[in-house]
Amino acid sequence: MLLITCPWCGPRAESEFSCGGEAHIVRPKDPDALSDAEWADYVFYRTNTKGDHAEQWVHTYGCRRWFNVIRNTVTYEIKAVYKPGETPAGGEA
Amino acid sequence: MSEAVRLQSPLVGFQLDARADAGVILRERAFCSHLNLRGEQSDPAFAAAIKQVLGLEVPFTPNTTTSAGDQTLYWLGPDEWLLVAAPEQAATLEAALRKALAGQFASVVDISGGQTVVELRGGNARDVLAKGCPLDLHPRAFGVGQCAQSHLAKCPLLLRPLADGFEVVVRRSFSDYFFSWIEDAAQEYGFSVVS
Ligand SMILES: [Zn+2]
Repeated sequence: MLLITCPWCGPRAESEFSCGGEAHIVRPKDPDALSDAEWADYVFYRTNTKGDHAEQWVHTYGCRRWFNVIRNTVTYEIKAVYKPGETPAGGEA
Repeated sequence: MSEAVRLQSPLVGFQLDARADAGVILRERAFCSHLNLRGEQSDPAFAAAIKQVLGLEVPFTPNTTTSAGDQTLYWLGPDEWLLVAAPEQAATLEAALRKALAGQFASVVDISGGQTVVELRGGNARDVLAKGCPLDLHPRAFGVGQCAQSHLAKCPLLLRPLADGFEVVVRRSFSDYFFSWIEDAAQEYGFSVVS
């Protein structure tokens, strides 16, 4: 089980959290201007990163807040945890 | 002639409702007043309004509580708190808090019907919780003045260490599951319920 550090509650067991998939997906400002392919890319397509991956997690059983996690998809190491709107210490999100 | 009739069960000697040797002793504090409070931590008027009504500081430190008398404020999130008070106080407190918070970006919701409070005591109270809850429940990590939301098996709960046990706030819809789970898990320690 992963030990995930909630930015508010501190280190807690993975079973208290839910993963919300890839982080930092920006909704297009003018969806009408997009082609179907571009819209489909926004709605459906996600990176399948091997290595450091920015993910959204929510502390479901705890404070119920969303935050971001940089997790290595190979080693499962959690490299950074940061609140929405913040950038991880020492790197780009 | 005596005015009062004293009834005594022939099993009184066994103290069936409070076996002294039970490792886990459960007591429900039913019908407490539960109010969910939300507001802006960054607005000094929020904490001031709460203090004016309850006489309690709002716990801004995550996973801590403040208490006075029979009222406790629990930190639930960076903009969310729970107030538990004595039974039949909810309507009065809700009105007073709403009045004090008028004009603020805040909310007060009476959720008394949605959850109940249970206390677990006895020498194995921590052991039985640890069977299904991933928190570090040792006093060095989780002591009086703290609180935490977590889960016991599949049941979400709000835990608060007491001087001699744990207090659990459990949702109405999970209370059957919670009690059955605790009763089963506590069999090896001895389980009793007191009123
Ligand atoms: Zn949390």
